[in-house]
Amino acid sequence: MLSKKQARAFFLGGTVVTFLIFIGLTIFSFSKSQDQTNHEGITEQVVRGKVLWEENNCMGCHTILGEGAYYAPELTKVLDRRGEGYVKAVLMSPIPWNPNGRKMVAYGFTKEEADDLIAFFDWIGGIDLNGFDTVVSPLAKDKIERNKN
Amino acid sequence: MKYKSQKVAYWFFAFSMLLLVLQITYGFIMGFARIGFDGLHEFIPFNTARAVHTNLLVVWLLSGFMGAAYYIIPEEAQRELVSVKLAYVQLISLAVVGVAAVIGYHFNWWEGRKFLEIPRQLDYLVVVNVLLFLGLILATLFKGKRKTTTALVLTMGLLFAALLYIPGMLPFDSQVTDSFFRWWVVHLWVEGVWELIMGGILSFLLIKLTGVDREVIEKWLYVIVGLTFLSGILGTGHHYYYIGVNKIWLIVGGIFSALEPLAFLAMALFAVNMYRKGEKKHPNKIALFWTLGSAIVSFVGAGLLGFAHTLPQTNLYTHGTLVTAMHGHLAFWGAYAMIVLAIISYALPNMTGRKLYDSSVGRAAFWMSNVGMIGMTVAFGVAGVAQVYLERKFKMDFMEVQAEISIHFVVLILCATLFTVGIIMYIMDFIKHGKPTDEALDLESDL
Repeated sequence: MLSKKQARAFFLGGTVVTFLIFIGLTIFSFSKSQDQTNHEGITEQVVRGKVLWEENNCMGCHTILGEGAYYAPELTKVLDRRGEGYVKAVLMSPIPWNPNGRKMVAYGFTKEEADDLIAFFDWIGGIDLNGFDTVVSPLAKDKIERNKN
Repeated sequence: MKYKSQKVAYWFFAFSMLLLVLQITYGFIMGFARIGFDGLHEFIPFNTARAVHTNLLVVWLLSGFMGAAYYIIPEEAQRELVSVKLAYVQLISLAVVGVAAVIGYHFNWWEGRKFLEIPRQLDYLVVVNVLLFLGLILATLFKGKRKTTTALVLTMGLLFAALLYIPGMLPFDSQVTDSFFRWWVVHLWVEGVWELIMGGILSFLLIKLTGVDREVIEKWLYVIVGLTFLSGILGTGHHYYYIGVNKIWLIVGGIFSALEPLAFLAMALFAVNMYRKGEKKHPNKIALFWTLGSAIVSFVGAGLLGFAHTLPQTNLYTHGTLVTAMHGHLAFWGAYAMIVLAIISYALPNMTGRKLYDSSVGRAAFWMSNVGMIGMTVAFGVAGVAQVYLERKFKMDFMEVQAEISIHFVVLILCATLFTVGIIMYIMDFIKHGKPTDEALDLESDL
């Protein structure tokens, strides 16, 4: 029968081994050759967009890369789906955007701020999401396929 | 209660209860907003309510864990806490950080990173607070007469939880990298080191409540936390399937996160078997309910419902939908909320000297809150599955789908009401116990 000492060795051994593999895989994932995000494409404008994204807790309602609060639409590929003009109008609206009765906070962003966020969405839209991009945004996928044809 | 300083735990538990009530209140604000009653939108928009709801959860659970440590460590180490005064300072600073963060969220002062919304300036205060807490616990443990496995596992869990807060404070320009390391905190907390804390508390409670030999219980504790880390560390990969990193995570995350239910299954079997084996009939039946309940419900909520959407083939469709909220609610409730309520139910009569071991209010609180939470989970689940089909299979627009599934949020609110009545009864029972007192000191009994 298993002794307490063996049980402890199982705990410590398993933890150390899996943790080392985890670190190894993390380093591998972030090596340059494995980049799926077009990391070079992160301009200052994209970073400013990300800062705005965070400062206003957009993730508290929306999702991006499938992560967020499920109260408002997924914004990965939103530019493909809605077009830049529509998105900009929502961002700059001085009164709460109110589609189907669900209100968005009226952020009233300036044109520069809206451009920063658009750049951020544009960069997000180019990420290779292992297939999720085609599922999460079916309308965008259809549009792309239509354009191809 | 064997040591006077254990009384500190009471105030951490009381603070937990206060935050739990607030957390539920903000949950209702979100529930009503989802069915169109968003009259508070101007003052408490959804993103504020959401940040408050999840952060209060984290803080009340942490406060509960800290209270548990202040109660358990002296008894395990067989000495008083090294400083009661500093423990109170720590509680007050925890309250200050918590309250400041929650108020800040109402004024757009946050980081906007799911679960880690606390603004950077307050992060540093959190670090100081946690260091003070760990200092007190570690000093007590190492100056103590004995170092039990239960105490070591609990302390290790708390120490790692503190260390793992750091990756969440690193700044990144890339949303993908940011998200990747955010999960180091969130996933490795709830599917890693928090399970050590849960295991430590569970083991302490089982030793006390069942009377089974400590050596047996602690041996299995090692096996359980071993399984937790073996599956949970690489299981982090299930957050990396579709956020823009290498496909290798589909395989690694898929395999190891599919093993995660094993740790919870082991925990449930362990608790039930120890209860059956135990010859001691501890009079505190309510604490026993919560203890066994926690082990079983965590297996269902964290284990089974987690497994339901953890395989990459399924997660491709469920990622970023209400299916996640379904799993999240029962998992947190079973694994962490219930274990905190268990240790409170156990410790309260010992600290106050009022042996309200088996009240009908206490029993009703257990059943109503559990039935309510299971109902909520089902409501989220049905809404989530419907969302997956309508939005991702039939390609309907997001808001059209939301209108279709809003009925499930009416059910959610009804079940949440039942849940809330249960929690109010629990708190009534809490208040009925009165304040902790030195007169409750009992060196003889092993209760």
